[in-house]
Amino acid sequence: MEIPYAIQPRPDTGLYNAKVGIWLFLASEVMLFGGLFSAYVLLRVGADQWPHGWLNVTLGTANTIILALSAITTLLAWVACKVGQFGKFKFFHACTLLLALSFLCIKMYEYHDKLIHYEIQLTDGRIADGHMRENDPKKDYLVIEGRTVTDENDLYDLRAQKNIPDNEINIPRSEIKSMQNYGPWHNTFLAIYFTLTGLHALHIIGGSIVIGYLWGPGSKMYKTNPKQFTNRIEVSGLFWHFVDLVWIFLFPVLYLT
Amino acid sequence: MSESHSVDFKSYVRRCIYVFIAVVCATSLMIWASFLQQVGWPMKVTMILAVACANAFVVAGFLMHLISEKKMIYTLLGFTVFFFAGLMGLTLYAMHDFPTGTQMH
Amino acid sequence: MEPIVHQFPPYREREEHHAPGEHGHHEDIGFLRQYVFSTDHKIIGIQYGFTALCFMLFGFFLMLMMRWQIAHPGHPVPLVGPLLEKVLGQPAANGAISPDLYNSLGAMHGTIMVFLAIVPLAFAAFGNYVVPLMIGAVDMAFPRVNMASYDAYFLGGVVMFFSFFIPGGAAQAGWTSYSPLATTIPTHGQLFWLIGMVLLITSSLLGAVNFIATIIQLRAPGMTWMRLPFFVWAQFVTAFLLLLAFPPLEAASVMQLMDNVAHTSFFLPTGLAIGGKLATVSGGGSPLLWQHLFWFLGHPEVYVLILPAMGIVCEIIANNTRKPIWGYKSLVYSLLSIGFLSFIVWAHHMYLTGMGTKISTFFQATTMIISIPSVIILTCFFISLWGGSIRFNTPMLFVLAFLPMFGIGGLTGLPLGFNVSDVHLHDTYYIIAHFHYVVAPGTIFALFAGIYYWFPKMTGRMMNEFWGRVHFWGSLIFMNVVFMPMFAQGMAGMLRRMSDGGANYSAAVNSRAGADVIGGLSPFIMSLHTWILWGAMCLGLAQIPFIINLFWSIKHGEKIKNDNPWNSTTLEWQTPTPPPHGNFEHTPRVYRGPYEYSVPGHATDFTPQNEPPAGSPQPPFSTAHTAP
Repeated sequence: MEIPYAIQPRPDTGLYNAKVGIWLFLASEVMLFGGLFSAYVLLRVGADQWPHGWLNVTLGTANTIILALSAITTLLAWVACKVGQFGKFKFFHACTLLLALSFLCIKMYEYHDKLIHYEIQLTDGRIADGHMRENDPKKDYLVIEGRTVTDENDLYDLRAQKNIPDNEINIPRSEIKSMQNYGPWHNTFLAIYFTLTGLHALHIIGGSIVIGYLWGPGSKMYKTNPKQFTNRIEVSGLFWHFVDLVWIFLFPVLYLT
Repeated sequence: MSESHSVDFKSYVRRCIYVFIAVVCATSLMIWASFLQQVGWPMKVTMILAVACANAFVVAGFLMHLISEKKMIYTLLGFTVFFFAGLMGLTLYAMHDFPTGTQMH
Repeated sequence: MEPIVHQFPPYREREEHHAPGEHGHHEDIGFLRQYVFSTDHKIIGIQYGFTALCFMLFGFFLMLMMRWQIAHPGHPVPLVGPLLEKVLGQPAANGAISPDLYNSLGAMHGTIMVFLAIVPLAFAAFGNYVVPLMIGAVDMAFPRVNMASYDAYFLGGVVMFFSFFIPGGAAQAGWTSYSPLATTIPTHGQLFWLIGMVLLITSSLLGAVNFIATIIQLRAPGMTWMRLPFFVWAQFVTAFLLLLAFPPLEAASVMQLMDNVAHTSFFLPTGLAIGGKLATVSGGGSPLLWQHLFWFLGHPEVYVLILPAMGIVCEIIANNTRKPIWGYKSLVYSLLSIGFLSFIVWAHHMYLTGMGTKISTFFQATTMIISIPSVIILTCFFISLWGGSIRFNTPMLFVLAFLPMFGIGGLTGLPLGFNVSDVHLHDTYYIIAHFHYVVAPGTIFALFAGIYYWFPKMTGRMMNEFWGRVHFWGSLIFMNVVFMPMFAQGMAGMLRRMSDGGANYSAAVNSRAGADVIGGLSPFIMSLHTWILWGAMCLGLAQIPFIINLFWSIKHGEKIKNDNPWNSTTLEWQTPTPPPHGNFEHTPRVYRGPYEYSVPGHATDFTPQNEPPAGSPQPPFSTAHTAP
């Protein structure tokens, strides 16, 4: 029992089944990220204050270039399959996977950077803000690398401030009223940042797993059914391009505006 | 046969290089726009989003070959974009329209 | 030709099912792969159907317990009280339903009925079994994705079911899970609810992709869009609603999950106080955002509940009036309009959230406009009856009852669509009566009709007609006994989700301002609770003949005499019974529309879609169809 139009396109639509399927799925993904982007716009417009410059633009740019490159290697991997050059396919998709890994590593570094960044309310009303360098529970002090401010509002717009001091500050625990790191619980910007990029990263991981499978064990199909295999590479490539497309909007919205 | 295939491959590589250059340019443009001092905030956001849309169009059009896709896919995406616009637009509108004399947090 | 009637379950992949020259499977593939992890759309359809019906029964029991508590607040539940206490512990102390447990029952009744019972039954079960057959396909476009969608649904159901047994019990914040309540309830029920929802949404998305791709790509030669049975059109539009409307709710669920687990404040406003103390959250969120994202799905969801039912109704009306459906094109265009408009009406569920007049007017306008195609569809069905040669079998009885019942449900939606009248009726029992009329004697009746109608194709036997009628009359009468009084209660001001049936609320209002104030519920209105409780119990009793009939007829029902016992024109009846793996002996070719009944000059009063035109040379093959 064979399902028609799995490989050859159906004449009246001009499409093969998996292509219809993947575009339908991508449409639903547009609505998924669309829902999150709508939430972002709403939360931002309704907020009294919104942070600027909390994210490292250099790292974001690097990630943008990496993902754009991976989109290109994905396309070239498909083209290689189409023209029957299995070796090139293997090379290009290996590049895709390595680039994906680099993206995730940079993202993990960025997340880590946020999670060791603390805002410490001091008993004398000042606020210390910086990265935790030493936090030994046996000692009665902790060390951060950052600055102290008197007005909380100074912490929000980093773009507008020049030469933000970055000193090593020793804070006795007795002077600490409360402290919280820059996790998603800290404010709505970080919440939507972690959620949007987190969901995007999950899609990167999912896409990598699929491409990894097709690159590895799944590539056996190239010998038995090269046309269907090429279609699978095309369809998984479309998913990967969509993930790149989401980042093309994520980067400016979160890092630049 | 492999001759014409390698020609095809080369043309794809060329196309990919153009797309990559376009993406790098667009990204640089957005970063430059975000650091502009004299421009107002709404203008900045509009510029950045416009470049992002153009960037997305290049990726979708050429890498996903949406430019040469079939009518069925265009119809599907057309409806999707409309409903997404409705979701964002109507929700924003709803949150900013209050009965006279009331206010919203 | 001797009809091949096989025993249920449908088939085993054996050699004799395949004509010579056809490739086939020649060895059994084992019980697990045949019936548990099957990729065949018919098995998956039956899996969905069976699981959904189990959840529907469970949801019904939840409702019975709620109605007991409403009619007899604080009294131990008879019969099952001790069992409840044993299983659930403190929330069911002394066998009575505590307010927290009542809230859990309410939230889970809604969730289970909508997401675990009706949608899987109407869309996934009937759709999976019938749609590929109706379009002349061998299976769905993506059989393994199909299996994955059932597995995700099953897992989601397991998570939802087990949420009752965790400390603190199941979700309590309603099927709508509004923030901040959903985040501030200190138990884990909401977490299970959210995880269950993510699984169910995944299942629906996979199913939707499959349905749309199948209907676009796998129609048999000659099956043009305007020759599709209306049921297929209905499933097609329903799949689009699921595809595009569910993801924003998935996004919102992820955000509420973050609120619950990671202590974010997507939906928690600044200055939120819990238990009199300022909440230790960052604030800055918006409870309304959840409502917008939820109802963006919530409204298309209700059309997901009704459209497959309308599809089933159309098929059964055509078949049992022995004439073509009146207004096929109007039906199709109305269906497409409903699908499109359903995405831009959602905030009529939010009229009381403080929206301004401009946006309320917009949503009111679109809500009114969407009622037009719905009325067109119902009108076409009514007109289709005129001049028909009506056969009053059990499926037709349910379908005939669907028409006025859905009419009541739909018309009572109009005062809810108007902003002004909804101010009075919002969150009252009027709403409960309205949507239950549409879904319970509406959709569920159509689903019952579908079960009685397609049972012979699945099993080769008819369900018992006498007990079918008993089931029908019992259900019809008691559905009305249960839901009609709720209109009166709602108009008198009785609010939803009051665990004591409004007794305390009514007393408080009455003591302040006198007995006839809105919200002060008269003794007559309160007495309707007992009436409704008895109606619900009798409604439950009326389902017993159906359950017994369903299982008994699988082995002992009257065997059908041919593959097309209802003398139907559509393709699913032109297969062997039950359809084998691959469905059709040869790919059918379609020559005409789906409702060619009583064509003048034709020997029989029905002309199957794949019957070659008179005078054309008989093709070398023909699928099974018989003359009376």
